[in-house]
Amino acid sequence: MDDFYRELIIDRYKNPQMRGELDPHDYSYEDDNPLCGDEIRIDLRVDDDSRITEAAFTGKGCAISLASADLLVESIVGKTLDEIKTLSKDDIIEMLGIELGPVRLKCALLSLKVLKAGVYGLDELEEELMI
Amino acid sequence: MDLSFESTTLDIPAIRRDFPILERETAPGVQLVYLDNAATSQKPVQVIESMDFYYRQMNANIHRGIHCLAEEATVAYEDARKKIASFIGAESWRQIVFTRNTTESLNLLAYSWGRANLKAGDRILLTEMEHHSNIVPWQMLASEVGVTLDFVTLTDQGKLDQESYATLLEREPKLVSFTQMSNMLGTITPVAEMTEQAHRAGAVVIIDAAQSVPHMPVDVQELGVDFMVFSAHKMLGPTGIGILYGRKELLQEMPPFLGGGDMIKRVQLGGFTMNDLPYKFEAGTPAIAEGIGFGEAVDYLANLGMEAVHQYEQALTAYALERLEEVPGIQVYGPEAEDKGGVLSFIYDDIHTHDVAHILDSFGIAIRAGHHCAQPAHQHFDIDATSRASFYIYNVKEEVDQLIEGLYKVKEIFG
Repeated sequence: MDDFYRELIIDRYKNPQMRGELDPHDYSYEDDNPLCGDEIRIDLRVDDDSRITEAAFTGKGCAISLASADLLVESIVGKTLDEIKTLSKDDIIEMLGIELGPVRLKCALLSLKVLKAGVYGLDELEEELMI
Repeated sequence: MDLSFESTTLDIPAIRRDFPILERETAPGVQLVYLDNAATSQKPVQVIESMDFYYRQMNANIHRGIHCLAEEATVAYEDARKKIASFIGAESWRQIVFTRNTTESLNLLAYSWGRANLKAGDRILLTEMEHHSNIVPWQMLASEVGVTLDFVTLTDQGKLDQESYATLLEREPKLVSFTQMSNMLGTITPVAEMTEQAHRAGAVVIIDAAQSVPHMPVDVQELGVDFMVFSAHKMLGPTGIGILYGRKELLQEMPPFLGGGDMIKRVQLGGFTMNDLPYKFEAGTPAIAEGIGFGEAVDYLANLGMEAVHQYEQALTAYALERLEEVPGIQVYGPEAEDKGGVLSFIYDDIHTHDVAHILDSFGIAIRAGHHCAQPAHQHFDIDATSRASFYIYNVKEEVDQLIEGLYKVKEIFG
């Protein structure tokens, strides 16, 4: 097996820790990657200090996009919405621990796009997340 | 501007070695003297090899593929777009739309921007020195939509008549579209000033930079233009690829041009969602090798430095003008060397331009004969056709001397 699909990604793809829907929720957003049809929805609950108390995702997609969603959603619990704003492409790459070409990078970044667009709106998105 | 050869920072012999075609003969013992650069430039080995490398090592379709070749090709193609954006000072690569050439860029604007923004009774302001590609698409739009075209006239020197421009702006055109460098007269037009005036009059400005971007520093933000169009093949790059640059807000509001793959985000039987800029205007598989070659050409020019390119060509132009004026019977059209690029159009007594070009060709000298797709500019000066010599970075003083010798021989034959 190519180290491209390292163990963590296959594991998170097969056994996601953060999959689900939150009802009610404070934030919910869904988007897709038109290149391949992958879809991700992320739900958040936040406390009075805008700190994320619970987070979950649903969706369909490839191993890279779903593992990345699972790892991202897990990492944001306990963070404030301001801290979400500073998350970048590099954080996702570090989490996954693999090199990605431009096409697969779009798969990996879909969940971050959904998260940021859900919290701050599509107009606030950085260039690198314009998938 | 320093018009002397001595002050050039370019290593011209080294540059010439990068262009293998300059070594060829057009007949046994007759070496090529290529002076038809306003029509198309020659290509350095770097450009030729980058395209060859793409086909040998990287060939794949771009933007969709997951495999190694597709990823490498996508990166190479998109890198070229970024190089071009930076070369003309654009804020973002998303403002760089790949087209087939300058002509297609102008047609795209007429079709998309023109139809969405112009209605019967509106005016478009052009100039008498435009290339046909900046006249005919607007004439087609005029007959379809009912807009009226006005033309800025020329001075005797072959510059744009600024009084005529100011007067025609009072008619409040919606669009002003003009060249930064005439392909017949070589005239360099004051784009920044004219753009500011046009904006004050409420017009959108398109600049035809097909002859300027290859030969001088051009910065779209400094100039303040709304759209700019040019072609790769006149700037050391391949044929079949050109650029439409536009201000983001304007490009975003424009309807698409061609429909198909790559310009959509998603398609259902009931309709489609448009892709983001610039892909919205790029339907179908593009000229991938050509895009990569274009990026290489831009690297080549950027390495030389466009100030240095401009300075050297002006020195060459000044020398050529001086030498041409020595030849009895030659009349050159257009302004003095300071105000023009390396384009010299002339008539030679009553010798037909085809005969001039034909005899020069027998000495290996390639020039252009005819109206150079600028018939209205010729009509302004009441002539049918001119002979045109045009220069680029690999041309040298000795080639100008050969042109002059050739012209004396033409005279000998025609008496």
